[in-house]
Amino acid sequence: MTAVRSTQGSSGDVPALEVEDLKMHFGPVRAVDGFSLTLPQGQLTALVGESGSGKTTVGRCVVRLLEPTSGSVKVGGVDMTHLSRRQVRHHDARVSMVFQDPAGSLNPRMLVGDIIAEPLRMGRERLSASRRSARVTAELGRVGLGAEVAYRYAHELSGGQRQRVSIARALISSPSLLIADEPTSALDVSVQASVLNLLADLQRDIGFACLFITHDLSAVEYLADEVAVMYLGQIVEMRPREQIFAAPAHPYTQALLAAAPVADPAVQKRRDPVILGDDLPSPSDPPSGCRFHTRCPLAFDLCTTQIPELRTVPGGVAACHLVQPDGTGSELLGGSERRHI
Amino acid sequence: MTTAIPVAAATTLRTRGRRARIIRRLGRNPLALISITVLLIAVLVAVSANWVAPDSASATDLAHTFSPPGTAGHLLGTDDLGRDILSRIMFGVRASLEVAFLAVLTSLVIGVPLGLIAGYYRGADSVISRIADVLLSFPFLILAVGLAAIRGASLSNAAVAIGIAQIPGVLRLVRSDTLRLKSLDYVAAALVDGASDRWVLLRHILPNATSVILVQATVALPAAILGEAVLSFLGLGIQPPQPSLGTMLSAAQEFAARAPWAAVFPGVAIMLLALAFNIFGDSLRDALDPKGSR
Amino acid sequence: MTTTTSPPVTDTSHVLEVADLSVSFRTEGGTVSAVDKVDLRLDAGEIVGIVGESGCGKSVMAMALAGLLPASAHVTGSARLDGSELLGAKESTLRRIRGRDIAYIFQEPMTSLNPVLTVGRQIGEVLQAHEQLSRARARTRAIELMNLVGIPSAHERVDTYPHQMSGGLRQRVVIAMAVACGPKVLVADEPTTALDVTVQAGILNVLRDLRNGLGTSILFITHDLGVIADIADRVVVMYAGRVVESAPVQDLFDDPRHRYTAGLLQASPKPDRYAGSDRLQEIPGLVPVLSTHPDACTFADRCANASAQCRTSEPPLVGYAGEPQGDHLAACWHPNISGHEENAEER
Repeated sequence: MTAVRSTQGSSGDVPALEVEDLKMHFGPVRAVDGFSLTLPQGQLTALVGESGSGKTTVGRCVVRLLEPTSGSVKVGGVDMTHLSRRQVRHHDARVSMVFQDPAGSLNPRMLVGDIIAEPLRMGRERLSASRRSARVTAELGRVGLGAEVAYRYAHELSGGQRQRVSIARALISSPSLLIADEPTSALDVSVQASVLNLLADLQRDIGFACLFITHDLSAVEYLADEVAVMYLGQIVEMRPREQIFAAPAHPYTQALLAAAPVADPAVQKRRDPVILGDDLPSPSDPPSGCRFHTRCPLAFDLCTTQIPELRTVPGGVAACHLVQPDGTGSELLGGSERRHI
Repeated sequence: MTTAIPVAAATTLRTRGRRARIIRRLGRNPLALISITVLLIAVLVAVSANWVAPDSASATDLAHTFSPPGTAGHLLGTDDLGRDILSRIMFGVRASLEVAFLAVLTSLVIGVPLGLIAGYYRGADSVISRIADVLLSFPFLILAVGLAAIRGASLSNAAVAIGIAQIPGVLRLVRSDTLRLKSLDYVAAALVDGASDRWVLLRHILPNATSVILVQATVALPAAILGEAVLSFLGLGIQPPQPSLGTMLSAAQEFAARAPWAAVFPGVAIMLLALAFNIFGDSLRDALDPKGSR
Repeated sequence: MTTTTSPPVTDTSHVLEVADLSVSFRTEGGTVSAVDKVDLRLDAGEIVGIVGESGCGKSVMAMALAGLLPASAHVTGSARLDGSELLGAKESTLRRIRGRDIAYIFQEPMTSLNPVLTVGRQIGEVLQAHEQLSRARARTRAIELMNLVGIPSAHERVDTYPHQMSGGLRQRVVIAMAVACGPKVLVADEPTTALDVTVQAGILNVLRDLRNGLGTSILFITHDLGVIADIADRVVVMYAGRVVESAPVQDLFDDPRHRYTAGLLQASPKPDRYAGSDRLQEIPGLVPVLSTHPDACTFADRCANASAQCRTSEPPLVGYAGEPQGDHLAACWHPNISGHEENAEER
């Protein structure tokens, strides 16, 4: 029911990531509350949401920085939830992570080369120092940095260079799955472009699967194969990139897309963004029924009482009482405003 | 692509190495320079007291008791047994520094690992932090009296007593810094890669906590010097005739009216040492502060 | 010096007129020149967007206007607010002007709010300080202002504390405080950067409404080209402390003249751009940190079209040859002229 079959999942392939009914509660705060997602090998799925949506918490559960309250996380078909750190370390299917703040994710007291080589020292195989340093040089080359960077400290590098170092570090253990948590949000536009290009190139060349966690819709539209939209700890819509951007089904997705400014004044003048109230409900006391009903212009009686299930819409699923199997029925804007496929 | 020309220009302005920056900042602060000079002289005196002291510390000369300062051969005068006060201060500084370094070493050796563990493991924290609270509320003098009663009054026992009393301070500081560092992304990144706790503590947390530990040590040293003076003054530390700044003060009080210099000079020495360490500690903290602009 | 943008000072249609503004800082590593000879004007009821990447000097320039920079800053030039000079004015004069004639809102609303006072009190205090209103009258005005900036059920919220509000509502409170005394100029420095997009859309609407309703002129500083496209009437692009391009918003996006502006636009992801078929243009290198501004184009080292001229003489901020009197100005020796790539490939 909730587990989403992806359009690209080919026959018999074990998905890179399978999350089922994940719940992560911090006391009364239900940061993630019943989250399921399947990420096929080699695919890039964007996990989109605003602050408090729980997207970062999902990522942290997948890389086991957090012990989920309930639910399962399978990487390469193996349930990681109950493995020890040592078992994870020696597991074939490796998960890496790139963090938002390129300054905070690099140890200021370590040389860049040692930072990149660190994951190699955790794995099963014991590499000699010279082998490690060769791998570091190769990895630096792959992210477009010179070998001499290995002998610098993180604070001697620019923001973009640091994020390249983070990516090199994440990829050196040949992961099958990369969790990228807002990897470009702290960077300037021109630098952002180079990091997005790099991620796209590497993902195409190496073929790892990637869960790209972000609030930046333009980066999502540039990179993602599939998009999952989260609101207050749950997925409200999950569909392939072209379809979700062309005809978002869930009212929240529509509002999100309408609110994201586009770098084109002509487009901006034409648009009339749906203004949602600023009052986001607290995740410790989520609204009854549909969690979006307090801000949804279309909400009616049923929305306040009954939780909408994920319904099949073209290409994927959406959780709205109004949405029809063809993806219509829940439009916030007039038909002329929407881009059709 | 990253080697365009402006990079060089930018880096020369922004970064010139962390250590170089700290030294440069210290060098620009006149108070820091004065305190460093005083401390260097103190250490030199302590190390070379055997050779540079004009007189032996315990050689009595009953013919010349209570010589005032400026007397030939006794620059700072002599005490009730005719001992040269300058020489005794030199040996006393050595004893004070010995006790201080030993005490601080004791507190670091025990306090740093406990602080790391308390900050890193929630379960251990409740136990360790409660013990630290008990230790903190236990009067330091009673601890020293007890230790002196059991093991005898000596330099090393005084140092251990002072060191134990300083453990809670070190522990709390290291614990709070560990809590801060633990939440940083580079620790998370290591954990994602499967790093063991030991690896994280030794490779990521301890190296980044060193500046905090260093500053704490420079604050603990003058406290230990004062502590030694107090213990020796009360007869719980270094025993006469072995010279120490505290025992000199203690002995001098009997004839303070007749020979005030016998009390004033060791007192000034204690004050100078403690002040120099405190000022150095403050300047070091400022110099280490990454947000500081000086 | 660049002269084209500075009409005579007697022209009162410009609410704010900045001329030849330079700011440098003394730092540990030597002098850093942050802003260099910036000319800028803001008309009544106009929203001017200042866009640029971090380190381009946009915030420093804005803070310099009302004397908000630390003592290590050295500010020269002129900034006239309704004809009266701000730079070099006495601190007591500036304090009177700040809040009444020129107001600021910053990225993080909590830096402008006092956590232990109710929001009503805080808005009221601004009014009491500048307009000598009674406590009760100030409270009524505070509720009116909260309604004005779109805070729902303002009469209840007036007695709540900042921490009881969401980030978006807090920023609305800050805006209410900023416009309490009807300032002529509102400087908004990345006011929506810390907010979610659905909340941002609301804040941008509030600012637009203030301009339309009260005629407030807004200097809107952001790094986000999407936000600029949404709210600005005219855009000033800054790079390494200098204004490199200035144009009405539509012209800037349709026809970017300066190579840096064009590069920025090419670097941002846009609808219908996909990594599978399209590629974002990268701008190699970094924004330089300069101790003094050279007599050269500061973008030359990162520019594919740079020539010897770019490295030896500073390009003036002028209109394109065909329309020197126009309002689209760029400081580039080899401007990007739409349609044909003049001077582009041959050097």
